[in-house]
Formats: sequence, structure tokens, C-alpha cells
Amino acid sequence: MTNEIFLMNGYGIYVWSAFSFTVISFGSLFFITKLQFLKERRKFVQKFGLLNDEAIRVAKSQKLNKQILEGVLSSKI
Amino acid sequence: MLNSLEPNKIFAITSRAPKYVLFLFVIVFSIGLTEALFLSPEDYKQSHSVRIMYVHVPSAWISLGIFSIIAFLSILSFIFKNKNFPLISKSLAPSGFIFNIIALVTGAIWGKPTWGTWWAWDARITSMLILALFYSMYLLSWKIFKNDEKAVKISSIIAILGVINVPIIKFSVDWWSTLHQSSSVKILSTTTIHTSMLIPLAIMTAAFTLFSILIFLMKYNTELIKIKNKGLDRL
Repeated sequence: MTNEIFLMNGYGIYVWSAFSFTVISFGSLFFITKLQFLKERRKFVQKFGLLNDEAIRVAKSQKLNKQILEGVLSSKI
Repeated sequence: MLNSLEPNKIFAITSRAPKYVLFLFVIVFSIGLTEALFLSPEDYKQSHSVRIMYVHVPSAWISLGIFSIIAFLSILSFIFKNKNFPLISKSLAPSGFIFNIIALVTGAIWGKPTWGTWWAWDARITSMLILALFYSMYLLSWKIFKNDEKAVKISSIIAILGVINVPIIKFSVDWWSTLHQSSSVKILSTTTIHTSMLIPLAIMTAAFTLFSILIFLMKYNTELIKIKNKGLDRL
């Protein structure tokens, strides 16, 4: 039974390699995209920390900046 | 209508959505893999090698679909000068490109036991390779041109030119004599594929669509934060 699942009448090597390639591609793209996201968000938090009071007030008046910072906080919780 | 596409309103949704889409993808993909690898029947001619269809065909469909959307949004961005359309297109491209590569590689793997060769310069395979080149040029244009306006213009031109290839891919099996068979799944006429194979194919297509949505959402959020990073530099 196990042999039949893996060997598939001699086609197992082709079937399993096609599915493995797909899963590896998915995993790689997911982790690369996730890393890029975390890198950009880290950069954003660092830049925000370097702003003076007036610049922070201006930056916080923009909704999207607030949402990004909220996202950082909620992911830490 | 276009005002409802403001980045902060979209970010409110896209920043929360990935975890739900990922959860849904894992469930649908697990069901799809079980169906495709273990439950679906083998083909009377191709035996178990037919299972490669469940990754090859959805990948090809989605890569074509994504490129068509990119081209459509590129045309819209030329007409309406909306800054959000190029951002959506740019975020869709990586998953479209990966699906294109998966279609080519799994097609080559399927070709060996079926046709006795990994590669043939037939119309369908060659036109899919050309699509991969257009995807590469599209993605490279965003990397090469640092000026955003120029990048939008060049990438849009590439997408609009590349979309000419989409109907060529679709009808290549009808227009030329190729190794590929003609379509078994049809929208306008009767589908010739058996339900026992159509169901796993539909589940895998749904799973792959969810994966492309997931990558799109993550990439779109990254692009929005990138823009905001540039904004902070100006303060």
C-alpha cells in the first residue's frame, strides 16, 4: 500500500517531484514576501523613532502611519 | 468610486486579512492535496502521471489570469491616472510569475513520461515561456527604474504589450498542431473531463487562488509601508 502511494506504477518520481517543486515554490515565495514586509515595517519604526516632536505630530495625523504603528503593537502583543 | 480606493482604507482591510486567508488556504490546500494525490482516480492512458495536472493546470490558469488583470489595471492607470492601480499590479506580479514558473517546470516533468521529452518548442510551451519573459521584464522594470513615474509607465507598457500573448497561449492548441491536447475544461460548452478529476482540479484551483491572494495582500502592505517610509524621509 505504502509502496503503491510512493511508486505510483513507476510515475511516483514525476508526480512527487512536481508536487514538491510546487510546495517549495509556495514556501519560498511566502517567506521572502514575509521577510520583505517585516524589513519595511522595522525600517518604518526606526525612522519614526528618529523624528522630532513636530514631525511625529504631523506623521501621526496621517491615518496610514497610525495603522502601521498599531499593526506593530498588535503583532508584539 | 475611485475615492473608496484610498490606501488607508484599503490598508485597514489588507493588514488584517492575510491571517484569515492563510488559514483558509492551508485547509483548502490540504483537502486539494489529499484529493489530487490519493483519492482521485488514475487515468486509463496516462496512469498516475495525470496527477501532475492538479498543479500544472491551475498554475497556468492563474498566471494567465493575473497577467490579464495586471494589463487591465495598467490600461486603467493610463486612463484615470490612479496611483493605486500600479501598486495593485506590482503586488500581483510576484505570485503570477511564480505560478508561471510552476506551470513550466511541472509541464516539463509531466512531458517526460507522457511525450518522452522534458521540453519541446511547441506553440503552447513557447508562448508560456514568452509570458514568463514578460513577467520578468515587468518585475525588473520596477527594480531598474527608481523614478516611480517612469517605472509605472514602462511596466504598464510591458504589461499591455505582453497581454497580446494571452489569447495566443489560450488558442495556440487550436491554431497550431501542438503536443498539447485541446481544452478539456470549457466555460461556453460541455466540459469533457470526468467529475472525479474535475473536483480535485477545482479544489486545487481554489487553493492556488487563495495563495495568490495571500501573497498579493502581504506584498501590497509592504508596498504601502515603503511609500510611507519615503514620506517619513521628507518630514
